[in-house]
Amino acid sequence: MSKLRDALDVGQFVVTGEVAPPHGTDLGAMLASVDRIAPYCHAINVTDNQGATLHLSSLAASRAVLEAGSEPIFQQTCRDRNRLALQSDLLAAWTLGLENVLIVTGDDPRGGDHPKAKGVFDLDSTQLLEVARGLNEGVDMNGAPLDGGCDFLLGAAAFPEAEPSDIQLERALQKIEAGARFFQTQAVMDVDVFAERAAVLREAGAKVIAGVLLLKSARVIRFINERLAGLMVPEHLAKRITESPNPLEEAVELATEQVVALRDVVDGVHIMPLGADEALVSIVEGAGLA
Amino acid sequence: MIITKPRDFSRIIANLEGIGAKRVFLMGCGQCATVAKTGGEPELEAMAAQLRDAGYEVTGWAVGEVACHLGGTKLETRKRVGDIAAADAVLVLSCGAGVQTVADSVDRPVFPGLESVFLGNVIRAGVFEERCQTCGDCVLDLTAGICPVTTCPKGLLNGPCGGMWDGMCEVLTDRECAHVRIRRRLAEQGRVAAKVVPPKDFSAKLKPGSLSLREERRRDARKRHDVTQGGRS
Ligand code: SF4
Ligand code: SF4
Repeated sequence: MSKLRDALDVGQFVVTGEVAPPHGTDLGAMLASVDRIAPYCHAINVTDNQGATLHLSSLAASRAVLEAGSEPIFQQTCRDRNRLALQSDLLAAWTLGLENVLIVTGDDPRGGDHPKAKGVFDLDSTQLLEVARGLNEGVDMNGAPLDGGCDFLLGAAAFPEAEPSDIQLERALQKIEAGARFFQTQAVMDVDVFAERAAVLREAGAKVIAGVLLLKSARVIRFINERLAGLMVPEHLAKRITESPNPLEEAVELATEQVVALRDVVDGVHIMPLGADEALVSIVEGAGLA
Repeated sequence: MIITKPRDFSRIIANLEGIGAKRVFLMGCGQCATVAKTGGEPELEAMAAQLRDAGYEVTGWAVGEVACHLGGTKLETRKRVGDIAAADAVLVLSCGAGVQTVADSVDRPVFPGLESVFLGNVIRAGVFEERCQTCGDCVLDLTAGICPVTTCPKGLLNGPCGGMWDGMCEVLTDRECAHVRIRRRLAEQGRVAAKVVPPKDFSAKLKPGSLSLREERRRDARKRHDVTQGGRS
């Protein structure tokens, strides 16, 4: 049973974390990270070749998280597989006990470690959501009945603060239509702007789990501004971290404040500590959620 | 039109050396490659000079009307049969379709002299952009006349993706996001965006494509015949 679904259903404020499968076969570091953050999370996202760079598959890694006693959110991107592979992996996921799925488009291969790869994008994330909803209803994307269906909790990505906001909103509502029950969002930068836009999605029936990114150093901020598509750290936040004598501590404090502020306006937070698992623990404890 | 660009000269030389060719006949194309300034008369003259400098003999050159037109190219090569017979190889400055047409029209080994890159719109003289990938299942009716298959680097039919920022594309950061343009134009025209554009039919673009208007006409005639016959009985 998906604990994430149960928690969202009863209106509990949820916390999700994130781990990356290894670039290789040694799951040790990933599972150590799971051990550290799982007691503070309802579920943990397991990324799928994130940043278009090669990692062990999210399917196998999600199963490993489950076997370690935690609840994974299996991430599936549209970049690396065609419609046959996407559907068969979803069916496989269900038989492996993976109940939460986050469906995303995926970064373009040109930005990853295999820039000569063909970006598949046979389906886009909206179409894949519709397909997954069909699997939940017991049919494949051609409408042919399945021998045993699925009952996934389906999630999608959203970026409420991005402009033009009307287009972003239209797009997110389209994903709800297609079957998204929850959103995990890009990192929140301005809680007020975010809250206003998230409200529309919640009214449309989706749960919103707000992204909280640990801006742990000047280097991280620079990386985000220069390299991460779309995301921009506003001047005043960047200053607060870079001018602090202890940037990591300051970043934890900032993230904790964001979580506290988000508590009243959304359904949960997705904390991205960028490898600093201890910080996730401090944030959750500091916000009084532990 | 088909956009071509010059092929690395060292590859051309390697091709000629590969068969020990010393004498070369050149062919261009009077259509796309002429407009793209890659396979018209001036470019053939330049290529002839370059080959001569590299120690090759150029037995002649010709720019047919349309290199990819089988009948026309056969006619053109027949006119130059002597010069072609005197050559060890034919180098074709046209798109790959034209190269193959020439290869079907002469008995000499034929080599490509250009790289074929895309089906392009002429934005202004010498500036070309890819706007259509001839996918066989056009969605322009749903997308306000802006093709997401081609102009969104990921080819998403529903967008924008999560990387769009301030209306700009995450992959080609100096360009507007195709999906922002689509949604804006639909809104400006008072049209609503499709709820979800359905998955593409990739079987419409099975390789190799072929189409025969004659056969289509014959099929239509047969259908009409069946209908009138059916109406009488
Ligand atoms: S959808 Fe795009 S690629 Fe396909 S036929 Fe139309 S314009 Fe061309
Ligand atoms: S930003 Fe827009 S055009 Fe660029 S890849 Fe994403 S959806 Fe496509």
